[in-house]
Amino acid sequence: MRCRTCHTKAVINMRHHRLSLCKDHYLDWFVEQTGKTIKKYHMFGHSQRVLVAVSGGKDSLSLWDVLWRLGYNADGLYINLGIGADGEGGLPYSDLSAEHASRFASERGLKLLQVNIRQEYGETIPEIAARTRHGGDRPCSVCGLVKRHVMNRVAAQGGYAVLTTAHNLDDEAAVLFSNALTWSSELLRRQAPVLEEGEGLTRKAKPFCRVYERESAAYAILRGIPYIHDECPYAEGSTTLYYKEILNQLETKRPSSKLTYYTTFLKAKDEGLFTPEPPEEHKALHPCPSCGQLTSAAERCAFCRLVPGLKPGASPDQATSR
Amino acid sequence: MPVTVIIRKKELTFEAGLTVFQLFTRLGLPLEAYLVLRNGELITEDEHLREGDVIELIAVISGG
Repeated sequence: MRCRTCHTKAVINMRHHRLSLCKDHYLDWFVEQTGKTIKKYHMFGHSQRVLVAVSGGKDSLSLWDVLWRLGYNADGLYINLGIGADGEGGLPYSDLSAEHASRFASERGLKLLQVNIRQEYGETIPEIAARTRHGGDRPCSVCGLVKRHVMNRVAAQGGYAVLTTAHNLDDEAAVLFSNALTWSSELLRRQAPVLEEGEGLTRKAKPFCRVYERESAAYAILRGIPYIHDECPYAEGSTTLYYKEILNQLETKRPSSKLTYYTTFLKAKDEGLFTPEPPEEHKALHPCPSCGQLTSAAERCAFCRLVPGLKPGASPDQATSR
Repeated sequence: MPVTVIIRKKELTFEAGLTVFQLFTRLGLPLEAYLVLRNGELITEDEHLREGDVIELIAVISGG
């Protein structure tokens, strides 16, 4: 297989784009495509400060690298969840992830903010989940809730215009599949490449929403970005992984299925498939009396009820080599 | 000399001459969920496996 641009040996074939490319042209193409997505959905501009949520995995480190190459003013945020701390679960997953994020930042002279959940709140994510029994036998829902809260808090305190996450097309298609299976209209209405800001909530953008997971992994490998290959020990057997497997079986038989599924969903939304958000839902949200972030709960938000040791003014460590 | 295929830290052996596409069919795996490295270099699915190759299948799907 040959590179469409220079006809040397290709290193990747993207059947959904009917495009095979060599290493150099793939790396350029990938950056260009992400730049187009940022512009297409009006995500952010070069004059704005961007915060990138980094996990030490292929997607988030690739995203940070691409934003850096595109010349955006992007700092990173790593949240140490305490997974695998004290030998729990075997692998020191969070500490290994932190090493990848730190090394990436220091090699490029980028600013990495770090929040350690145990140091800040006295417990790791698995410990909070075990104490509260929130989300059943997995800490995943606690993890999501805490990460969202911390990301919002750090972005607001740091004055960032936008928070970017490296959710890729496979993530978005799996969420869409899950929500469509149950026709969760409210969740379907909210799913978008950009989530606008609200009081206490920072604007969020997903520049990789049209990038296949396989493509971001290829980018990391070809750019020589070391990342954590091991899966989070709690992800095994997750519903998300199951839905991704199903969608990949479909994609293997019918290339472009995932991209078409997602982009036609966005188009249908634009064309009014879903009714606009009722105004009373906005009114039902109010700032949490403890942390100030918007909540629909009658009093304190779900995070503040979950983590009683909250220190609302806490600031992240600024491990910076800039 | 057989081809060594490494997937999720397990080593399997296959005969030379198969294409990557045929390897995935044999393994019953979707191409979409993996990248393929030959001696550390990414290769496409039409490539033939050669005697003595060390092929690594990198799972790209995460549960996050």
